[in-house]
Amino acid sequence: MKLELKGITKKFGALVANDSIDLVVESGEIHSLLGENGAGKSTLMNVLYGLYKADQGQILLDDKPVDFSGPGDAMAAGIGMVHQHFMLIPVFTVAENVALGHEPTNKLGVLDLEAARALVRKISDRFGFDVDPDALVEDLPVGVQQRVEIIKSLARDAKVLVLDEPTAVLTPQETDELMEIMRGLAKSGTSIVFITHKLREVKAVADKITVIRQGRVVGQAKPSAETKELASMMVGRDVGLTVEKKLADPGKVVLKVDNLSVLDDRDQRAVNNVSFDVRAGEILAIAGVQGNGQTELAEAILGLRALHSDTGDISISGTSVRGKSVRTILEKGVGYVPEDRQKNGLISEFSIAENLMLNGSFTKPFSNGLGIAFATRNRLAEERVKEFDVRATSAQTPAGKLSGGNQQKVVLARELSREVELLVVSQPTRGVDVGSVEFIHKRLVDERNSGKAVLLISTELDEVLALADRIAVMYRGQIVGIVDAKTDRAKLGQMMAGVTV
Amino acid sequence: MSGTVKKDPIDWNAALKEMLSGGITRTILSVILGFAVGAFFMIVSNKEFLQSIGFFFADPLASLRAASDVVGAGYGALIKGSVYNSAAASLEGSIRPLTETLRLAGPLIAAGLGIGLGFRVGLFNIGGTGQLVSGLIWATFVATRLELPPVIHFVVAIIAAIVGSTLVGAFVGFLKARTGANEVITTIMLNYIIVSFFNFLLLDNNLLQGATAGGHTKSDPAFDTARLPGLLGDSFALNLGFALSLIAVVIYWWLMERSTIGFRLRAVGFNASAAKTAGINVEGTYVLALGLSAAFVGIAAANQALSSTGGVTPTTHAGIGFDAITVALLGGSSASGVLLAGLLFGAFKAGSSAIQIEGISPDVLGIVQGAIVLFIAAPPLIRAIFRLPPPQTTSMLSALRSKLFGRGGK
Repeated sequence: MKLELKGITKKFGALVANDSIDLVVESGEIHSLLGENGAGKSTLMNVLYGLYKADQGQILLDDKPVDFSGPGDAMAAGIGMVHQHFMLIPVFTVAENVALGHEPTNKLGVLDLEAARALVRKISDRFGFDVDPDALVEDLPVGVQQRVEIIKSLARDAKVLVLDEPTAVLTPQETDELMEIMRGLAKSGTSIVFITHKLREVKAVADKITVIRQGRVVGQAKPSAETKELASMMVGRDVGLTVEKKLADPGKVVLKVDNLSVLDDRDQRAVNNVSFDVRAGEILAIAGVQGNGQTELAEAILGLRALHSDTGDISISGTSVRGKSVRTILEKGVGYVPEDRQKNGLISEFSIAENLMLNGSFTKPFSNGLGIAFATRNRLAEERVKEFDVRATSAQTPAGKLSGGNQQKVVLARELSREVELLVVSQPTRGVDVGSVEFIHKRLVDERNSGKAVLLISTELDEVLALADRIAVMYRGQIVGIVDAKTDRAKLGQMMAGVTV
Repeated sequence: MSGTVKKDPIDWNAALKEMLSGGITRTILSVILGFAVGAFFMIVSNKEFLQSIGFFFADPLASLRAASDVVGAGYGALIKGSVYNSAAASLEGSIRPLTETLRLAGPLIAAGLGIGLGFRVGLFNIGGTGQLVSGLIWATFVATRLELPPVIHFVVAIIAAIVGSTLVGAFVGFLKARTGANEVITTIMLNYIIVSFFNFLLLDNNLLQGATAGGHTKSDPAFDTARLPGLLGDSFALNLGFALSLIAVVIYWWLMERSTIGFRLRAVGFNASAAKTAGINVEGTYVLALGLSAAFVGIAAANQALSSTGGVTPTTHAGIGFDAITVALLGGSSASGVLLAGLLFGAFKAGSSAIQIEGISPDVLGIVQGAIVLFIAAPPLIRAIFRLPPPQTTSMLSALRSKLFGRGGK
């Protein structure tokens, strides 16, 4: 089915999220929508899916104008959407999930699960999905869950499939498999809109590329275009994609993790017998697919999560921090950039200046006894806003009003301005615009060069390869291996899938 | 299709929108609407108006006249009874209503600050009554059972009231921190327990019951040395309690806006998870916050226990613990807001007898009071009535709403 968006404009108050966007996706085409976070990709797709009403513009399917008042209309017209966060019920089987909302029934009105199973099998076989209709969704790996989402759309006769950042949760292998599936679907006539900000994937799979910046289409490109060219189209200026860094000069051990085990919120072992150390002046990256225990590992180091009794010890600069409070650990010289800055890194109602003193309210320079040292605080805030290039009208702007990249710079500014020996940095560039990524990477390398120990936790292999001196790969709560930073991508990919190499 | 938009150097439209979406405008509109609702009830319960309705089409002006007369009389009496009595023979008489307003506002302000402090930390302290009564118990014990020198006596009694209240609040915080018990439930239950315990104490003359109380639940009158001294001499009832409340406003302002403790309290209120990550002891903060919240309520308790010339009875708490919730909501939990809201509700209390003399039920003022807070708590309603733009920022109230009513979608 041919999809055409004509002059779509969507405003939220004064913000123009989509500014007369034109997009044509031919039948059987994989069309990549490339843009930074906040460029307006998701808004556009929500307009297409009937979740938002466009202020102006038209949607045409096979040259006929359509008008959706909700996702139901869009689905009925043949549009399927796979969201970044899956809309599956974990305790249901694959067939039950696929049937949900469109339950096939027999003559008596009783649920006909066999029909649903047959449908899943049919689609699965046709595209080589290899999905068991009777498996419980919660038991399936993330990559397979994603295929269930795709089956859900196909079961509803989707002719246009929108994939919103589908590779964020996948291992490199799973990503390759997804790309295979996308090609197969396209060959059978399904049109695919592939939303992403990862240039490598776009180049690998897309037939056509549309780049969006600040709500406008800034250009079309062919997959043969240079990566650097695509990146500068996305950002609107030249960007350096590689980080210059000299050889590491590791010093004494700063963080020593010995046989660490941690339980997650459901009392399952999220981290299992993990040991490693990080030296001054090096970046140790923990690579791995989302959800393999990295979050719990970082929280355990910071004292935010209780250690399992099996645990050997965690020590920082030679002293054990086992059972110590978060404050004690922070004050021992640990800087922490949490993975979810909205939830854990910032208070969006607080101003930038207040956020910059969030973990410094106990001591000088932010506190003078019982009162806040306002003059010092505001002066330091102005300085840091400048130093870290936070784009805001003033240091009194609430953090919630900043873009993702600028929010992250506030968190970094706070953590890097403290006297620390160890930096625990989790997903530092998630949801951050490409321009800020460059800046954040450079700052992290600077910290390492100045002799700090950096523990980088990232699910983005590109980021790991750009920054790490050594790479520890985590899979299902364990460290599969600690390897040199020059290890090739394919081998790391295998390790991320649990293969010991 | 989209040309270049000419930009005005100042975006007046946006500026206006921001002003209107702010809390102050909405609060003022809520107060006006609340009075309108009160006027409605005055009108429909007015005899002349109801009679005039019968021949409304013959003489519509008669109905309007009756309506405006009763509203004018009602709110006129409210002003006369709470601000300035122009009919009084002496200066003393004409300013007495104002001093009564201040006297009655004092405990509302103090307790309102307490409840507001809880709100700022994301805690819904409904236990004002229980905390206040606990303060009454302690203060009454000091005021009626201990003999102390002048000045020292009432100072000790005030401290006792604050300690008595604080302990209850801190206990609620302890339960929340240790066991995760929801403060809404525990404070309500403690209200029952403490109020009943107070009755129990007041029925036994070995405990707090007065020597002349007979079978009644009443304490001895406080020793003269324990009573709060008057601020304007013996002819006015206004006493030190109001001054204490004003001091409390200043302390509250400093604590919440200027101190590092307040910074941490607010941080926990907005985002407990980020506060925890920043090394703030969230559980400890709950104990501290509920303790401090109750401490302000304790000032109201001191005021109630040490102002009366008679003894303390089970009704001495005067519903202040609950009224404080409305004061805190109306005042947006800010120091100045609570001060103004407390004065307004104090005026309602002071003016209620004057309004009754006009033949209007003083319950109308209760309706006004409730309606105001109802409008405050339902910003979308106010916005719909006055066609205001949607809010630009999330308010404390919306955080509270989502806390109370689950994850309401946007």
